[in-house]
Amino acid sequence: MGGLLEIENLVVEFQTPGGVLQAVNGISYGVAPGEIVALVGESGSGKSVSALAVLGLVPTPPGRIVSGHIRFDGNDLLSMDAKAIRGIRGRHISMIFQEPMTSLNPVLSIQRQLTEAMRLHLGLSKSQARERAVELLNMVGMSDPERRLAQYPHQLSGGMRQRVMIAMALSCEPKLIIADEPTTALDVTIQAQILSLIQDLCKRLGVSLVIITHNLGVVARYADRVNVMYAGRIVEHATTEALYAKPSHPYTVGLLKSVLRLDQDRGAPLDPIPGNPPDLTALGDGCAFAPRCAFATGRCRREIPPLTAIADDHRSACFEIAALHRGQAA
Amino acid sequence: MSGAAPTMADQALASGEPTPLLEVRNLRTYFPVRKGIVFTRTVGELRAVDGVSFTIGRGETLGLVGESGCGKTTIGRCILKLEQPSGGNIVFDGHDITEQDGARMFEYRRRVQSIFQDPYSSLNPRMCVGDIISEPLLIHHIEADFIARANRVKTLLDTCGLPRDLADRYPHEMSGGQRQRVGIARALALRPDFVICDEAVSALDVSIQAQIIRLLEDLRDEFGLTYLFISHDLSVVRHICHRVAVMYLGKLVEIGDCDAIFRDPRHPYTQALLTAVPVPDPAIEKGRTHEYIGGEVPSPINPPPGCVFHPRCAQAEAACKVNIPAMEALPDGRQIACPVVRRKLDA
Repeated sequence: MGGLLEIENLVVEFQTPGGVLQAVNGISYGVAPGEIVALVGESGSGKSVSALAVLGLVPTPPGRIVSGHIRFDGNDLLSMDAKAIRGIRGRHISMIFQEPMTSLNPVLSIQRQLTEAMRLHLGLSKSQARERAVELLNMVGMSDPERRLAQYPHQLSGGMRQRVMIAMALSCEPKLIIADEPTTALDVTIQAQILSLIQDLCKRLGVSLVIITHNLGVVARYADRVNVMYAGRIVEHATTEALYAKPSHPYTVGLLKSVLRLDQDRGAPLDPIPGNPPDLTALGDGCAFAPRCAFATGRCRREIPPLTAIADDHRSACFEIAALHRGQAA
Repeated sequence: MSGAAPTMADQALASGEPTPLLEVRNLRTYFPVRKGIVFTRTVGELRAVDGVSFTIGRGETLGLVGESGCGKTTIGRCILKLEQPSGGNIVFDGHDITEQDGARMFEYRRRVQSIFQDPYSSLNPRMCVGDIISEPLLIHHIEADFIARANRVKTLLDTCGLPRDLADRYPHEMSGGQRQRVGIARALALRPDFVICDEAVSALDVSIQAQIIRLLEDLRDEFGLTYLFISHDLSVVRHICHRVAVMYLGKLVEIGDCDAIFRDPRHPYTQALLTAVPVPDPAIEKGRTHEYIGGEVPSPINPPPGCVFHPRCAQAEAACKVNIPAMEALPDGRQIACPVVRRKLDA
């Protein structure tokens, strides 16, 4: 646990016309140097918001960080002022967003966008920054980098744009990269290229990576450790091997059963989780997953199960783990 | 085939050569590329679909897979007559519908329905669910009586796993999964024979996606539906389809039995596509090759000569740059468009 980034009891709320929306309900996780950690969950589980909070990018209002600590390299990011955060954001922590189409500025050249952070944070001159930009584009596997620098985003394909985003994220040699669904908008063959590139560069440069995704296949292939999120809470935390070998929360089990697999024949049993995700403006007292859970008891509907250790580096927030494991064995 | 009980389609397939419900012959759809604002002129053509042929038997589900821009949606739109093909024929139940229009198309449009990708934009936000589902009944003069129509809507809501009181609600009050169920209920209202599912589950979360796939499978068995299942998600296609057709840049590269193709892909592009999809199991992932094809899909306005896949293909030979490969049958019944692989298999 811990090391480079440590998040403790983070609570983020959004004020909406329908009431207060509990986006993140007290989550804690850590990222060690050089490690790839995945946040997995469906839409509305709070995975993106918790990452935006790290960078101080939660839109306020309507959003509000209610409580918690985010420690990065020993400093509490939440108690820093805006100026100090700017010295870290883009310099030590950078972000790769989901939509390569909308996260680049359409009216600025690639050179301008790629060199901005380096000139600002590293104090490089225009020509030094340009030289480094060429290096970076080479590193992310773009052909003809000199010409690319003069181009504008609309002249590049989706995969190329995402490569530019990666180059930008790496430009100041950060310690941590947060990638929010980095390949969801891309085709499968390009997705594989981009994810392998990110993994390779992180391992080679010793950068930590937080990868936010809904794709359990991507997690299995790339992550070292996984946090499964549901309705703003982490319901299970484990190493990737342990999570898939012995899933220990009913939601994780349901999710793994819902996923269709390429290595299973047609007609393989499909056992979806019944019901819908909860309304985040009206979360009840108990476990948020209880209404959809086959193992739920009266206690589950009254109390929120805490995230407790069930094995070394494996934690689950469920009162009925014994029943769950009995069910799996049967 | 796995241990699952045989479906109606399986039985139909087992009973010998089924008559195809839909036959697509050498379908071509070219879009003009125009330049200029005042003096508009055509400077080229975009070959969205370039000579595609396939058949779909009754009760069968054909998966159409490929990456964005490969022309899979255009094929669906041509079958729905939302696009007029530049060439080729579409034969439905023995009738060529390519040139037909007007009153004759009325019955065709009843029998062929579609389910779209985006459950947010494919439902009219100003109509309540009951009206959305009953509109096709009204247009096709089925259930002219108001009460009968309302009952039919209730039955359809039941069939699609929605509560009956949803009939008076509006799309914005529902979740994505519920909206997609409304879209399915609307498609089923006219008791169609053939349903085109264009990325019908792609916009949904994993747990909801599994629910909708279950529903589509149940409906297929209950009503004997035939699906053309268009998707970029290979795992979904693997699960639901009997046969699969793989497209690349407007052309078919491989078509055949779904289990056979996924177990043992032959065309280099199909192989590349399957390698790129991660399996949700780290134990298996460790043992898999992580060599991915480089490069990107070329522009369909200016496609490469010869085989369109040759610039990204590891097995390409000199001849691939010149000759356009034709679809050839393999001994196991599938067809592929790759003479190199074909020759290696014969040797």
